[in-house]
Amino acid sequence: MSKLVPVPSGSMVPDRDLNKKPVLECVDLGISFGGLHAVRDFNIIIGPTEISGLIGPNGAGKTTVFNLLTKVYQPTQGTILLNGKDTHGMNTMQVNRAGIARTFQNIRLFDNLSVEDNVKVAMDAHMKYSMWSGIFRLPGYWREERAAHEKALELLSLFSMEKLANIQAGALPYGAQRRLEIVRALATNPSLLLLDEPAAGMNPSETAELMENIRKVRDALQIAVLLIEHDMNLVMNICEGICVLNFGRIIAKGTPADIQSNPAVIEAYLGKK
Amino acid sequence: MKKSPFHFLTYVLVIGAYAALQVLQARGGLSSSLRGMLVPICAYVVMAVSLNLTVGVLGELSLGHAGFMSVGAFLGTSTAIALQDAVPVPAVRLTIALIVAALFAAIAGFLIGIPVLRLNGDYLAIVTLAFGEIIKAIFNNLYLGVDGKGVHISLLEDTTRTAETGRLIIQGPMGIGGIQKISTFTAGFILIMISLIVIFNLVNSRAGRAIMAIRDNHIAAQSVGVNIIKYKMMAFVTSAALAGSAGALFAMNYSTVVANKFDFNTSILILVFVVLGGLGNMLGSIIAAAVLTILPEALRPIAEYRMLLYAVLLIVMMLTANHPFVRAFFNRFRQTGRLRLEADGDEEREAV
Amino acid sequence: MNFIIQFVNSLTSGGGAYQFLNHILNGISLGSVYAIIALGYTMVYGIAKMLNFAHGDVIMVGAYVCFYTFGALRLPGPLAPLLAVCAAAAVCTLLGVTIEKLAYKPLRSAPSLAVLITAIGVSYFLQNAALLLWSSSPKVFPNFFVLRTVDASGETAVLRSIQFGSLSISFVTIVTIVSCIVIMLALTWFTGRTKMGKAMRACSEDKAAAQLMGIDVNATISLTFAIGSGLAAIAGALLCSAYPNLVPTTGSMPGIKAFTAAVFGGIGSIPGAFLGGLLLGVLEIFAKAYISVQLSDAVVFAVLIIVLLVKPTGLLGRTIREKV
Repeated sequence: MSKLVPVPSGSMVPDRDLNKKPVLECVDLGISFGGLHAVRDFNIIIGPTEISGLIGPNGAGKTTVFNLLTKVYQPTQGTILLNGKDTHGMNTMQVNRAGIARTFQNIRLFDNLSVEDNVKVAMDAHMKYSMWSGIFRLPGYWREERAAHEKALELLSLFSMEKLANIQAGALPYGAQRRLEIVRALATNPSLLLLDEPAAGMNPSETAELMENIRKVRDALQIAVLLIEHDMNLVMNICEGICVLNFGRIIAKGTPADIQSNPAVIEAYLGKK
Repeated sequence: MKKSPFHFLTYVLVIGAYAALQVLQARGGLSSSLRGMLVPICAYVVMAVSLNLTVGVLGELSLGHAGFMSVGAFLGTSTAIALQDAVPVPAVRLTIALIVAALFAAIAGFLIGIPVLRLNGDYLAIVTLAFGEIIKAIFNNLYLGVDGKGVHISLLEDTTRTAETGRLIIQGPMGIGGIQKISTFTAGFILIMISLIVIFNLVNSRAGRAIMAIRDNHIAAQSVGVNIIKYKMMAFVTSAALAGSAGALFAMNYSTVVANKFDFNTSILILVFVVLGGLGNMLGSIIAAAVLTILPEALRPIAEYRMLLYAVLLIVMMLTANHPFVRAFFNRFRQTGRLRLEADGDEEREAV
Repeated sequence: MNFIIQFVNSLTSGGGAYQFLNHILNGISLGSVYAIIALGYTMVYGIAKMLNFAHGDVIMVGAYVCFYTFGALRLPGPLAPLLAVCAAAAVCTLLGVTIEKLAYKPLRSAPSLAVLITAIGVSYFLQNAALLLWSSSPKVFPNFFVLRTVDASGETAVLRSIQFGSLSISFVTIVTIVSCIVIMLALTWFTGRTKMGKAMRACSEDKAAAQLMGIDVNATISLTFAIGSGLAAIAGALLCSAYPNLVPTTGSMPGIKAFTAAVFGGIGSIPGAFLGGLLLGVLEIFAKAYISVQLSDAVVFAVLIIVLLVKPTGLLGRTIREKV
């Protein structure tokens, strides 16, 4: 694992990413619901191949940050730069097409579709054949569908799910559903992958496998990963940078070692001594 | 890519039913009332499968499907009448009329879809109901005449000043009269086959996947870059276009057509076919449409009690189909095709 | 364009002002009937999350019961209509609860479309049962709301309205508007202040949680259907007093309109149903008077569409944010 180095904004990125354009840069990002600031002054920089973690007690605003990044909620303050481009005015679909893919804390699969079709839906933005091509089964349909089939199986095999391709997604066991959500997100060809509690409900061996897979995906696809997780073992093991949120504000940023010894973090989790 | 055996079965059964009925008809085995119902049955079947695309595949409740049928019926029939001299062959004229009907219904579907598809759930349903009523009110008050100088339209009263040599086709509340009955059972069968091909092939392409993904989880669909407005519109317009040609087919089986035929009750009738046949299940829609169109006729011996019995049957069928025991039975039946290892997974999911 | 000029002209000309007032009163009166029906729709929707399409036909049953009871009772004065309305309300309450028990309760965990189709089945059933029981020939509903006066010469005169200058207000209009306001206030008090009313609100928020708090959910739902159906009977009597043509399909169109009114005001909201009903009634009468009788329904529905586009959950409906 590489060292974290500070960049001018005060955040830190791994040294290998230092001279590259960051994949994500948030400046004073925030949202208020009827006067209540759910998230405020959220500043973060993520390098193009960095795995970073977003942690904090329940209700700290972690999922809200994801919802802001993916424009499920429109931010009321601040700027989001994705690969240097301001995402202001974009909607969820456009942000995804610009490079952010995510999973959901409460799994949101297309339950009645097969595993393979769940992955193929995510490739829709990259497919070109028209509705007529589909209805009349023109050559474009066959060509692109074959390519999509192959790519879907290839992505599924990253998480050893290629044998489940024809199962209905809603009928999958819980752990497999979480993995399918990740595969589906990857199928959109993102530069930044947001994982919302990917290990929730998994047993230790599944979690260990998941950690391996996240690293494998980052190495194979050269993308950045930002994850929310309560499993501290997982976070401290695979995250290069960690950002701690409490009551909607960042209370600490740094390497796993920094965070573990940070008094503010300990206080947030355990209360004042 | 995969060919669903269920789709194949649907095609086979429809072709089989058509062939059997043709043979029966040739041997004089069909009563005259049943013969008269063949074209309406075809029209209702197309209405049911097209509504199933909106309700079953897209997952949005539409209560105004008869509106699109109305658009197709009036504009398709008007086209056929206007072309009476120019196109003497009935089959060609019917084909043109059905295409024009589909086109206009598609345009209506697109225009209505712009506001409708921004809404959700019951609000979307009530707006489709509202559009159905508006279309009915418009055709009840529309006058359309065709003469040497072209097409003349007026609302509320006949100010079209259609020339003596021309013909006032749509006459407000009187609708269209003197229609040549050019719809045939074979035309109806072909329209059903075309509808099935369009719907099945659409469902088995990227568009169908996206439409079903939107139905299952619209937020997740957006988050993976699916353009939900585009696909909702695609399903809605396709559904409207098919309903439009069904309307034209239906209208040209009678000598007159009036706007009140395509009211809220007709929309509901078609919705009943779709729900009884099973959401997303096209074969079910076809069977339900055919059986429920014949049923009141078959119940004719008990004359005045037949609609009462129809209502009771409808309620009993819904109660039975949704009885916990029956549902458990069918679920078990359906589960066998899936993996057997999810027993523990389901429980776990409940807990989170 | 023409009707706008016509409209402005009729407002500015002398007689137009009275006419305008008259239309407003008629609109509020019709709207009050819609509001009473819409209250039934909205309460049932709030608690059972279902569109009870049979609601309009309960109105029709109420009107028929009222018609026959009134005909059978040969009582003098205001007693006969009062008893007739009470009988109608009692029958409809029973009918509503029975329908719920037999047709809707078994479907509580079924998909909402299944419940919708069942409600349509119930609607067909009621219409066709009425057809068999009471035939399709229209019944002329009596006008309850008349004042019989005996003048000096011993002649009885029948008064149907009171005059304010050149403005005449029929008693039906007055009674309808007053009943609507009373019902609205009573319901607001009931849902806001009484234990049962609060139980009703709790059930419409979260049935499982309400059950854990010791609320009898089934009884509460039955009660909601009872109230809604009782109100439908009153609406039926008022509607037919103003528009005295009674046939087995009498309830359908007012049912659809009231349903629209409930959505217009924000379905699930009691003040919303009241507001939606009134606005719809006024709108309909105005469209009939100033635009076109034939196109009045189209105008009403067009306004509904526009309102829903601006406020997708109706005038007073709550926006529910989906948790992600």
